[in-house]
Amino acid sequence: MVKKELLKVTGLKQYFPIKGGLMGRTVNHVKAVDDISFTIHEGETVSIVGESGCGKSTTGRAILRLEEPTEGSVVFNGDELTTLSKREMRTHRKDLQIIFQDPYASINPRQTVADVLDEAMTIQKILPAKQRRKRIIELLETVGLNEYQADRYPHEFSGGQRQRIGIARALSVDPKLIICDEAVSALDVSIQAQVLNLLEELQEEFNLTYLFISHDLGVVRHISDRVIVMYLGKIVEIGDKYSIFENAKHPYTKALLSAIPVPDPKAVKKHIVLKGDVPSPIDPPAGCRFHTRCPFAQDKCKVDVPELIVHEGMREGHQAACHFVEEIENGTLQAAEFEETFFG
Amino acid sequence: METDLLKVEDLRTSFYTDEGEVKAVDGVSFILPKGKTLGIVGESGSGKSITALSILNLLASNGKIVGGEINFKGKNLLSFSDKEMREIRGNAISMIFQEPMTSLNPVFTVGQQISESIIKHQKLSKKEANIRSIELLKLVGIPSPDKRVKQYPYELSGGMRQRVMIAIALACNPEMLIADEPTTALDVTIQAQILGLIRGLQTRFGMSVIMITHDLGVVAETCDFVAVMYAGQVVEYSDIFTLFEEPKHPYTIGLMNSLPRHDVEIEKLEPIRGNVPNPKEMPTGCRFSPRCPAATDLCRREMPELLKDDDGNDVRCWIYSEKWEGEAEVTVYGEKRIAKGHGSETILSD
Repeated sequence: MVKKELLKVTGLKQYFPIKGGLMGRTVNHVKAVDDISFTIHEGETVSIVGESGCGKSTTGRAILRLEEPTEGSVVFNGDELTTLSKREMRTHRKDLQIIFQDPYASINPRQTVADVLDEAMTIQKILPAKQRRKRIIELLETVGLNEYQADRYPHEFSGGQRQRIGIARALSVDPKLIICDEAVSALDVSIQAQVLNLLEELQEEFNLTYLFISHDLGVVRHISDRVIVMYLGKIVEIGDKYSIFENAKHPYTKALLSAIPVPDPKAVKKHIVLKGDVPSPIDPPAGCRFHTRCPFAQDKCKVDVPELIVHEGMREGHQAACHFVEEIENGTLQAAEFEETFFG
Repeated sequence: METDLLKVEDLRTSFYTDEGEVKAVDGVSFILPKGKTLGIVGESGSGKSITALSILNLLASNGKIVGGEINFKGKNLLSFSDKEMREIRGNAISMIFQEPMTSLNPVFTVGQQISESIIKHQKLSKKEANIRSIELLKLVGIPSPDKRVKQYPYELSGGMRQRVMIAIALACNPEMLIADEPTTALDVTIQAQILGLIRGLQTRFGMSVIMITHDLGVVAETCDFVAVMYAGQVVEYSDIFTLFEEPKHPYTIGLMNSLPRHDVEIEKLEPIRGNVPNPKEMPTGCRFSPRCPAATDLCRREMPELLKDDDGNDVRCWIYSEKWEGEAEVTVYGEKRIAKGHGSETILSD
């Protein structure tokens, strides 16, 4: 089965300059995203996971050119996005929508819900003005809101309902790809489940493709087909959901998964507790960026940048950026300090 | 019983706003045995943080405790004077908060902030307090503590700041630590460090802990007992194993069914319908009844009491009372529970 490539990101870099000194010259860069490549096929959900500062949100914003990427190519549906003019990009945004974490901050508080949706459709010339009201009501019903709520203001809604407005706005222009940037992170568990189910239903109904950016691995496992794990601006592992959650190969992915508390008091609690904090992306460690916290780090890791490749025992499409995947798997390389325990 | 360090009974805390009284906490009862960890779980607005602030009497000026008892080591804290409460705070009972950056003072060094309570409660000199501060920083796993003690909060990472908060909380060897969402703002790998630290310190010093969180994973891993809160009330209080194996209250069951898991595959989430009620317009009867799949007229009419069963687990739900008027076998979010009103004491699971 040949799936259609919808989005192809190649060598994407996003550096933010740090100004300093008397003349305000650029003294250094925050290397938020540093040379990443991946593909998303039509109709699938790909997630980017990682901790704060790993570059997952920046990646989403760079694809939409909300931030101009420093380098690299973003091909959407056959068109190179990075070289488009601002005007051309705007017409393309019809196909690429984004839902943000905090819907209150991303919806104009002085517009009613109907105005918000109408504006999106006006800009993208979706329907003649006369037919839009009907479409607005349809959209609200699609996301589980009611007709009578169309003329209310954002502050009259709860967090979950506001997120539904954000989803309705994204849907209003019939997009192909929706980037969900921590779209359910601010919601309570019971509401989060409602919104996740809604996103799944919409995907089926409208054949949507999602790029789902989240730090919550429970949510990611539930919603994704494939998962990208990022650390300090680099992809450390990529693969289908099963490979990442049941057969992770990169020491960082393993540590990340094992650090999550399991909602079962009888579960065996064995955490790999990583030492220290994530280093600064201004001056990331040489070689493998994870080597400063990796329990398996060798001298090679401090010098050579590992490539993202398929190692032995990995399915097609499952890749990890680590020099020692095989050695860690077969036990020839032992962890220096695998489990750090505190006084216990 | 002497082993109960803290016993809260029917606590009620209200806030008086321009729009009238808001009953933020309205019927909270739980027991924290000595040396154990009690989890208070609930979603935003359930009143879990206000419960904690009520224990220490740290409410905003428009807030007032209007009923109930907070018995700490057999004494009702509500009868304490302001001066007596000051002796308790930061001394016998300490608290750590969610966002360490806003709880630490940006213009004082880490050392000054740890020393403050030591000087106040233990009457040590500045110099002695500084030495003790360095010891505490070392204890909470901060590298080169003699340097860090002179630094300001902005010079530390989020995880480090939370460690400093813990050091401040531990400064006077408290008998009880209240941790209000201590790891919510932190990344999971840092969360694992902090939870490990709290657990380690607890075993070492025999401290009792109240862990306030919305994360059922954190609860499962750290707590011995759990109070589940909904709309200002405790709806279920139970030991940790019973709660996860056999949750009784429909809200607890719904909460667990809403949770996407990273460790097991779940085909379809089953969310709780609707939204949390507005505290200014609480539903009559059971507060969960508008969202509950099993609610009857009785539920919508009358508020259930927190019922105690023989093994010390409590539930605020009509299904488990003699008055239940619905079916004998109740299905709540796909889980079967046997109603008590029909003579059967046992609770089945499928």
